[in-house]
Amino acid sequence: MSAALLEVRNLRVEFPTRHATLVALDDVSFEIAPGEILGVVGESGAGKSLTGAAIIGLLDPPGRVAAGEIRFDGKRIDNLPYEAMRKIRGRHIGAIFQDPLTSLNPLYTIGQQLVETIQTHLSVSADEARRRAIRLLQETGIPAAEQRIDQFPHQFSGGMRQRVVIALALAAEPKLIVADEPTTALDVSIQAQIISLLKRLCKDHGAAVMLVTHDMGVIAETCDRVAVMYAGRVAEIGPVHDVIHSPAHPYTVGLMGSIPAMDEDRERLLQIDGAMPRLTAIPSGCAFHPRCPKAFGRCHVERPNLMPAQATRAACWLHAADMKAAA
Amino acid sequence: MSAVTSPVVPLVEVGDLSKTFDVSPPWLNRVIERKPRQFVHAVDGVSFSIERGKTLALVGESGCGKSTVARLLVGLYAPTRGKVRFDGTETTEMFRSGAALALRRRMQMIFQDPYASLNPRWKVADIVGEPLKEHGLLAPDDGKSRGARAADLKAHVAELLRSVGLAPADAEKFPHQFSGGQRQRISIARALATQPEFLVCDEPTSALDVSVQAQVLNIMKDLQRKQGLTYLFISHNLAVVRHVSDQVGVMYLGRLVELAEKAELFARPRHPYTRMLLDAIPDIHMSGRARTPVQGEVPNPLNPPSGCTFHPRCPHANARCKEERPALLQIKGVRIACHAVEEGRI
Repeated sequence: MSAALLEVRNLRVEFPTRHATLVALDDVSFEIAPGEILGVVGESGAGKSLTGAAIIGLLDPPGRVAAGEIRFDGKRIDNLPYEAMRKIRGRHIGAIFQDPLTSLNPLYTIGQQLVETIQTHLSVSADEARRRAIRLLQETGIPAAEQRIDQFPHQFSGGMRQRVVIALALAAEPKLIVADEPTTALDVSIQAQIISLLKRLCKDHGAAVMLVTHDMGVIAETCDRVAVMYAGRVAEIGPVHDVIHSPAHPYTVGLMGSIPAMDEDRERLLQIDGAMPRLTAIPSGCAFHPRCPKAFGRCHVERPNLMPAQATRAACWLHAADMKAAA
Repeated sequence: MSAVTSPVVPLVEVGDLSKTFDVSPPWLNRVIERKPRQFVHAVDGVSFSIERGKTLALVGESGCGKSTVARLLVGLYAPTRGKVRFDGTETTEMFRSGAALALRRRMQMIFQDPYASLNPRWKVADIVGEPLKEHGLLAPDDGKSRGARAADLKAHVAELLRSVGLAPADAEKFPHQFSGGQRQRISIARALATQPEFLVCDEPTSALDVSVQAQVLNIMKDLQRKQGLTYLFISHNLAVVRHVSDQVGVMYLGRLVELAEKAELFARPRHPYTRMLLDAIPDIHMSGRARTPVQGEVPNPLNPPSGCTFHPRCPHANARCKEERPALLQIKGVRIACHAVEEGRI
């Protein structure tokens, strides 16, 4: 796909330690089209936040991109020097993090932070930057934006703070926003407001979004496509409707079955026994095979790549072409 | 102990329970800044009852007082006003008297964060075995050797670990060697050690991933079936509540706004706040559905709105709602605190 805004190819992220090199992400590939919302879902330790961090060039050392490439707008960005990456981050790729309190500086008013961001990336006068900042705050639904722009982050509630963070991310009109669990720290009623705001604003501004979350409900409501991650790899990727209604990977099936439903009664939930493997002991073959109810010989030894499966693409030998021929 | 344990008498009965916290600034600040004392009404006149073997779930957003109710029930806080009756006896006095130990044996609590609620320096055997020793629940040590007593304890712990799906060999490990879901099972095993009748679960699965949450919820349901446990289940996740509970109470700013049977509440939510909460849940199976936009945020509990505390966010509020606080009334089989429902406006 040459039209993709963001292209991640065979990304591998490693953390060298004294004992061994831990492979946190392995062979992760996906792309995001302009204006598209891609959900990245998985349980803790699946590597979903790390993928976001690698894209915006904020991997914590000693973590490093060991192989593969990340292309943004056709240009490679994974090997850029720090200063060059800094110009892209914020200007072309915005970021929203989980905790709105820690992503704002408590010592500056939100106006100062917004104006600084706008002036760093766009050449506009201070007055124009302030006007833009107020407009952004109004767009994110902050009441009395002219007065509140001069307040400090602690004077805002959690939901309002996250609105400010969204305004900050959109300040330089980026083409892509990486949102890492933007609603996890918020109450359900606020979460709904923030999600619909994020969706509407990104549509208005034409920004694509990579939405990292563990909440399938949020994914279902927001995304166009979804990538399900497991143990540092993409287990399944496809249009959101197909992944939710006809999942092809046994992990996705288990994940969907373990979510209590609002519209049906079940005595027991489907459960996936065991837990996500640790990075120090990723199983051989398919990383999911020890927990997989359908695992067979090949799963123990050979690692599956993403292959077409029903309407999606899944990394599972059940969908291999020769399996289908045999069936 | 009273012999009246017929199924009609609820195991837990809570009447007009209230807890007020003093959050005043220090005396000097109050004098200099001429500020009055300040109180938070964390729980304000909550009443409900739970029948033996049933589950009552309390839901609400952060700061609505649901965890305070849990702590009041197990005696971690003393109520400011109101009563808690457990199996027919009032608990407030009992928690202060010598009978507290016997009462605590019968009710146990599971906390939200399995990383903070287990002592990192203790082995699982010590964590799960402590309540057994503390309550003297091992076979009487009539002249038994120390070794025999230790073996007895070990067998007990192994049995408890098995009941929550862990291996007896796990007793020799430390909490850090377990994942979040396994730790929560250790907490459950510890709570079960005293063979309680009533378990208070404060957001037991909120810190867990969904597949692990499913494991823990399944274990809790299995245990309820086998041992006839009674649960107070506190959660902000309505989907989880719908899965585990028999009755649901919805709390807002320290008050119970709706209390109904589960099926009734989810099929016909009456209170505007309950409707709003249900609307706010992302629906997995109808992707693309637009939700009714939810308005506003939870007000500051230090300075709650007058009348019905929900009126600033409520689409059905009128002048009466701004002035008069609605009482929890029995209307068409559910208990609800709303003027609009009472007057038949919605």
